[in-house]
Amino acid sequence: MGITGLFLVTFLIVHCGINACIFFNDGGVTFNAAAEFMATNLFIRIMEYVLFIGIVVHIVQALVLTLHNNKARPVKYAMNNGAANSKWYSRWMGLLGTLILMFLIIHLDHFWLKTRFTGLDQHTLFDQMKSSFSHLWVVLIYCAGMVSLSYHLMHGVQAAFQTLGWNHKKYTPFVKKAGFVFSIVVPFIFALMPIFMYAGWIK
Amino acid sequence: MNLTLKVWRQNSAKEAGNLVSYPVKDISEDMSFLEMFDVLNEQLITKGEVPIAFDHDCREGICGMCSMFINGRPHGPKQGVTTCQLHMRSFKDGDTIVVEPWRAKAFPVVKDLVVDRSAFDRIIASGGFISVNAGNAQDANNIPIPKPDADKAFDAAACIGCGACVATCKNSSAMLFVSAKVSQLALLPQGKIEATMRVKEMVAQMDKEGFGNCSNTGACEIECPKGISLENIARMNREFYSANITE
Ligand code: HEM
Ligand code: SF4
Ligand code: FES
Repeated sequence: MGITGLFLVTFLIVHCGINACIFFNDGGVTFNAAAEFMATNLFIRIMEYVLFIGIVVHIVQALVLTLHNNKARPVKYAMNNGAANSKWYSRWMGLLGTLILMFLIIHLDHFWLKTRFTGLDQHTLFDQMKSSFSHLWVVLIYCAGMVSLSYHLMHGVQAAFQTLGWNHKKYTPFVKKAGFVFSIVVPFIFALMPIFMYAGWIK
Repeated sequence: MNLTLKVWRQNSAKEAGNLVSYPVKDISEDMSFLEMFDVLNEQLITKGEVPIAFDHDCREGICGMCSMFINGRPHGPKQGVTTCQLHMRSFKDGDTIVVEPWRAKAFPVVKDLVVDRSAFDRIIASGGFISVNAGNAQDANNIPIPKPDADKAFDAAACIGCGACVATCKNSSAMLFVSAKVSQLALLPQGKIEATMRVKEMVAQMDKEGFGNCSNTGACEIECPKGISLENIARMNREFYSANITE
């Protein structure tokens, strides 16, 4: 869980960086160039497969973990005050992950299926973004997806360090803070993209 | 004070159980939670009913026997105490208090609030020991141990094996308990010799007993009456990975 989770986090950083190019507000010139580079670079092409394997393994691990853990308590408590000792999002990682998966399916249908298989014809990925984000419901789904991602990472990033045994008196407080900031900032930047496009602030 | 207790009654491991309501009257605020149960049991005996079975022994917070899940939390609403150290002043007159046994597949109910925690004993027996002769008391001073290591080992050794960590964990994971026992020995030179074998065996036994997997919610650390830290779980993870890489 920890290794695949952190691997997905590294992907998020790259993905967020590339997409943030739309904020140059140059009609998508920089963004399309970056997307073009990603689409033609052999290393990135290979990493795309690794990424898909990463997601699938992460989901399989999540399923096995959840099923096993459910079996460890066959009779539930009549009264269980989980809020007294843990954050709600740490207890709902499976649900948050499922919401992310639902978002991913919609997301891949918008951008990945069309670019890789059906072809974009004359227009670019930037045009595709603009047309997708001209519908309010798409913008709302993207924002909801990013909220789920944010909470998933709020628990996930620091948890992954603990799982891998990287706990240290001096560094762990920093890891926790950095994980918290990361889990807010990255989904926030992502969420700004559909919002800006819908509002017409990116030409 | 007058209270309503809702207590889990279950005759044996094989029979089904349910929550039964009992009113208790004239409880002193200075009584411990267990003393309040003694009063209730006296009432039941006088009425000719079967008293409620619950585990207890030292009644001073050192043996770990007093397992009770009170109002959704192990050992009740206070942090850093066992049930025997919980006083009735932590509740209000007229309160309804729900009391359940520890719930985990690895801790089957024996009767009422009593659960079988011998899974912990089997984990200890699988590796929670050292096989060298450590000598007599004064011999210990012949092996200098850095103060920070001694302190960490001592903190880990404070675990009383109560099982609150398992009881509260949403996954019924025993990681806090096992990591305390692994850490306590791994930090000291006497325990280093068998360190690799120990962590592997104890983790294997823990899995065999049917405990769940840790997902780092941190609930155990909050509820542990002895303040065992999550650092121990990270240490055990490190020990476990390196033991599996080196062999
Ligand atoms: C695609 C659907 C996803 C599902 C179904 C899913 C599910 C899960 C589950 C069930 C856990 C374990 C939670 C626990 O500790 O109880 C987890 C942990 C984690 N996830 Fe996800 N997740 C998904 C996507 C992602 C994505 C996209 C990222 C990062 C970009 C991510 C990063 C992490 C991290 C860092 C952890 C923590 C690992 C640890 O505790 O050691 N997940 N995920
Ligand atoms: S780690 Fe704490 S909660 Fe768990 S058994 Fe030991 S003393 Fe009890
Ligand atoms: S009875 Fe010994 S710790 Fe409570």
